[in-house]
Amino acid sequence: MTHSQKTPLHRPAPHESCYLHVKGEARYVHDVPPPPGLLHAALVTSPVAHGRIVELDVSAARALPRVHAVLTAADVPGVNDCSAVIADEPLLADGEVHCCGQAIAVVVAESLADCRAAVAAVKLRVEALPAIFSSREAVAAGSYMNGVHIIERGDVQGALARCALRFSGEIETSGQEHFYLETHAALVLPEEGGTYKITSSTQHPSEVQANVAKVLGIPRNRIVVEVLRMGGGFGGKETQGAHLAAWAALAARHTGRPVECWMNRDQDMLFSGKRHPWYSRYEAGFDAHGVLQALDVFTVPNGGWSNDLSRAILDRCLFHIDNAYFIPHVRFEGRIARTNRPSNTAFRGFGAPQGVMIVEEVFNRAAEALGLDPAELRSRSFYRDDEEHNRTPYDFPLPGPRSQRIHEELMESSEYVARREALEAFNQRSPLVKRGIGYQPLKFGVSFTHSMLNQAGALVLIYSDGSVQLNHGGTEMGQGLHTKMMAVCAHELGVPMGRIRAMNTATDKVPNTSATAASAGTDLNGAAVHAACVTLLARLRPVAAKVLGVDVARAPDIAFADGQVYIPGESYETSFDAVVRRAYEDQVSLSSTGYYRTPNIKYDASIGRGKPFHYYAYGAAVSEVEVNLLTGEHRVLRTDILHDVGDSLVPSIDRGQIEGAFVQGLGWLSCEELVWNDKGFLLTHSPDSYKIPTIGNMPTDFRVELLQQATQPDVIHGSKAVGEPPFLLAISMVTALRHALASVRPGAAIELKVPCTPEAVLREIERLREAVTVQERQHELTT
Amino acid sequence: MKTLVSLDVNGRTYEIAVSPELTLLEALRYELGLTGSKQGCDKGDCGACTVLVDDRPTLACLTLAVAVQGRKVRTVESLAQANVLHPLQDAFDQHGAAQCGFCTPGILMSAVSLLEQGGDAPDRLSIKKALSGNLCRCTGYTKIIDAVEDVAANTSSPGPPGHTGS
Ligand code: FES
Ligand code: FES
Repeated sequence: MTHSQKTPLHRPAPHESCYLHVKGEARYVHDVPPPPGLLHAALVTSPVAHGRIVELDVSAARALPRVHAVLTAADVPGVNDCSAVIADEPLLADGEVHCCGQAIAVVVAESLADCRAAVAAVKLRVEALPAIFSSREAVAAGSYMNGVHIIERGDVQGALARCALRFSGEIETSGQEHFYLETHAALVLPEEGGTYKITSSTQHPSEVQANVAKVLGIPRNRIVVEVLRMGGGFGGKETQGAHLAAWAALAARHTGRPVECWMNRDQDMLFSGKRHPWYSRYEAGFDAHGVLQALDVFTVPNGGWSNDLSRAILDRCLFHIDNAYFIPHVRFEGRIARTNRPSNTAFRGFGAPQGVMIVEEVFNRAAEALGLDPAELRSRSFYRDDEEHNRTPYDFPLPGPRSQRIHEELMESSEYVARREALEAFNQRSPLVKRGIGYQPLKFGVSFTHSMLNQAGALVLIYSDGSVQLNHGGTEMGQGLHTKMMAVCAHELGVPMGRIRAMNTATDKVPNTSATAASAGTDLNGAAVHAACVTLLARLRPVAAKVLGVDVARAPDIAFADGQVYIPGESYETSFDAVVRRAYEDQVSLSSTGYYRTPNIKYDASIGRGKPFHYYAYGAAVSEVEVNLLTGEHRVLRTDILHDVGDSLVPSIDRGQIEGAFVQGLGWLSCEELVWNDKGFLLTHSPDSYKIPTIGNMPTDFRVELLQQATQPDVIHGSKAVGEPPFLLAISMVTALRHALASVRPGAAIELKVPCTPEAVLREIERLREAVTVQERQHELTT
Repeated sequence: MKTLVSLDVNGRTYEIAVSPELTLLEALRYELGLTGSKQGCDKGDCGACTVLVDDRPTLACLTLAVAVQGRKVRTVESLAQANVLHPLQDAFDQHGAAQCGFCTPGILMSAVSLLEQGGDAPDRLSIKKALSGNLCRCTGYTKIIDAVEDVAANTSSPGPPGHTGS
C-alpha cells in the first residue's frame, strides 16, 4: 500500500468559519441570544474636548422606570483605570475630561431606548478648558507624553554637509478609522460566587480579563473571557474592547444581571481611537550617485489623551523609517504628542506605515529633483547582503535581505520600465487625463517590539473517538488564524482538517496570552500548537507500535498522516482513531499544553541598540493610476504585488490578507478622511461621511504573487507573518499619482498631501499650474 | 403603541406586535431571532443588512417592519436548502470571499438578486455595480467578485454539491 503523505499544509483551504459565514450562522457578540434578564449599558460622554466637570447629577436618570443603575467613577469598587500599559486611562472620568466622547457615566436599563432616555436625564455641566488637537500644536506647546526614543548612527550633520543633494521638509500623515464591520461589543454574565463570564469582541482577551479584574477589585481567576470571533479588528480591538467589557461588568456587578454593552456605528467611531495622525520634520542628503547617505528625522505621533499603545507604536515607526534602505548616517528622534483627541491606538502597521511614508517622501522628492526614475533611485539604496550595507540603524545586521531579488522579479513581471515610458508618451498626448506609475518596496520587522510579549500557549485535547479540540491563545478576526492553526495541528497529528475543531479563544484554556497582533499570531501560536502536538505524538508513538504489532524501538519510524498510522514502505497500518482508542484504554494522557517563546530578541531603547525582531518580511508593488485633471478624481488601473510570506502555510489565506491589506492602505492614502470641528468633535462619524474603499476603488487589474523559494528559517514550517506588511505597498499609489501630476507642470516641485482625496489632488493640480518652476526661477534670477 | 403585523419571512409567516418605528432589521434580529442580517451602520451606508423584499435588494435598516406586510422577505438564512449550500454560498467558501464574514450575508443577498435577474451572465463590471452598496473592510473585494463571476458563468449547473459542515 502506498501513502501520499497528505498534509493540509502549504495548500489552499477555505476559512474555518466560512461555512457558518455564508449561512448567516456565524455568531458575533451582538448575535448571541439574549440571556434572561439582559440589561443594556450605554454611556454619558463628554461634550467638550477638555474641561472640568462642575455638575454631574444622576438622580433624575436613576429614578426613571426601567433604569436599573447609573454609575459614575464613585461606583467603581476596584481601581478606576482601563489602560493597556501605564495606569493613565480612567474607566469613567473623575473631575476632568480630556476628549470629546470620553465616558463619564454608565446607564443601565432594560432597552436601548430606555438607555437613551436615561442619558438624556443626566444633568451634566462641564466647564471648557483650552484644548490641543494636532501634533503640530502639541510640538508648539511642548505637550508630550513621557519619554523620548532616539535611534542614532554615524554623523548625520557631517554627512549632510558633504551631500550632493540636500533638502529638508515636513510631512503629515492622517488618521484612519478602523471601520471593522462589526462594532465594539461585550456581554457579561454574572455567575455564582462573584464570578463573571464575558463574551468580548477583542483581540486581547487576557487584557480584558486583567482590566475587568482591576476595575471590580477581584482576582483574575474569577473572570473568564471568551472570544467567538470578531467582525474585523485591524488593531482597533487590541486595547479598546476592554472598556466595553469593563463598563458592562461594572453594570453586572451593581445589578446582578447580565449586561450587554454594544455600540452602534456612530457611538463606536466617536469613542474609539484611530490610526495615529503623524507629523514629522526631516532633512535628507544623497551623494553624487543618488544614494541616500543621511537622514535626520524628528517625528511626533498624535497620541490623543492617554498613552494606550503609543510608545510601542512610536518604537515601530522608528524601526521602520529606514524601510528597505541602508542609510549610513541616521538620527531618528520620536516623541508622543499629548492632545485632546480620543486615545489613538493600534492599526495594521502600528506606526510602520507612517515611518515608511517619511523615507518614501524623501525618495520621491529626490527623484523628481534629479529627474530620475524613482524605482531605480530607490534600488540604489537597498540593504545588501554584505557587511557594509546590511546594518540597520539600531545596528542589527539584516540576515539575507530580499529587496533586490524581489525588485528584479517584479520589475520584469510588471514590465515597469516599458510601461513607464509608454505612460509618459500617453501623457504627452492626453491633456486632461494623466497616468502615472509607482513602485514601492517594503521590509517589515516581525515580533512584538516589547520583547516580553513574544510568547504563546496552546492546549490540544484528543477525545477517545479520535476527534480533536484545538485551543490556542490567538483570536480570529477574519485573518484566518484558526484555519492556519488547524492546518498545523492536522499536519502534526496526521489527521484530516475535518477531525479538528478550533475552539473559541478563552482565558480558561490558555492563560496570560498576548494580543493577537503584530502580525505574529501565526508564528507564536503555531509554534505553541506544534509543541503541544509533539508532546502528544511522543505519547502516541509507543501505543501505535503496540497496535501495529512492532517492537517499541520502531516507534520513531511510525508515520502519522491523513488519519492513517503506518510504517512507510511496510505493510503495518492502522488508523489514528484506533491508536487513540488504545491509548485511552492503556491510560495514556490525551491532552497537552504547548508553549513557545521567540528566542534571542532583545532591544534596549535607552541606547537604541539591539535585535527587536525575529526576522523580516519583504515585498514590493507597482501601481498604475489615472487622474482626471478637471476633477482630481483618480483610480488605480493596475497593481502588481510580489510578496514574501516565506513558505505560505495556507496560500489562499495569505493572498486574501495581501489583497485586503493593500486596499485598506489605499483607503488610508486616498479616500478616508477624518474631519473634526474646531471644538474637537468628530464630524465624520459614520459611513455617510467617512468613506472606506468600495468595490469600485479596488485596482481594476490586480495581480498578486507570492515569492517562491522563500523558506524562512526558525519560523513554523518556513512561513512568515502576513497581516500587516502588505498595507505599506499602497504607498505605490502615491508615487504613481506624483508621476501623473509631474506632467501638469514639468519642473515644478510637487507637494501632494495625503490622503489624496479628489479635492486634495485638484488643489495640487491648481497649485502646480500657478507654481513657478525651477527653470523659471533661474531665469528670473539671471535676467 | 404597538400594532400587530404579519411578516412573510423565508416562506414562513410570523405574527408579531411592533411599534411603528421598528425597522425590518430590528424585527428580523430581535423579534424573530434571525441574526444573519447584520447591523453595520443602521443608516443605509454599509449594506450589511441587505435582504430581498419581493426579490429586490433592500436595506433592512432603512425599511420599517410595518411597511413589508404582505410582501415576501428573504434573508441569508433562506439560501441553503436542507443543508445544501446555494451555489453562491459554496463559491464564497471555495474562493475565500469571506474573511471576518460580517459583510457576507448582505453581499450574498445583493449577489443573489443579480443572478436571479437572468439574461446574459453578468461581467465583472456589472457585478461591481450590483455590489457597490456593500462595504467589506477585509477582503479588498477581489475574491468576492471572483466568486460571483464563477457562479454567474456556471448558472445553468447547480455548482459543486455543498459540504455539510461535518
Ligand atoms: S446596517 Fe443597513 S446599510 Fe448599514
Ligand atoms: S469579510 Fe470582513 S468585512 Fe467583509
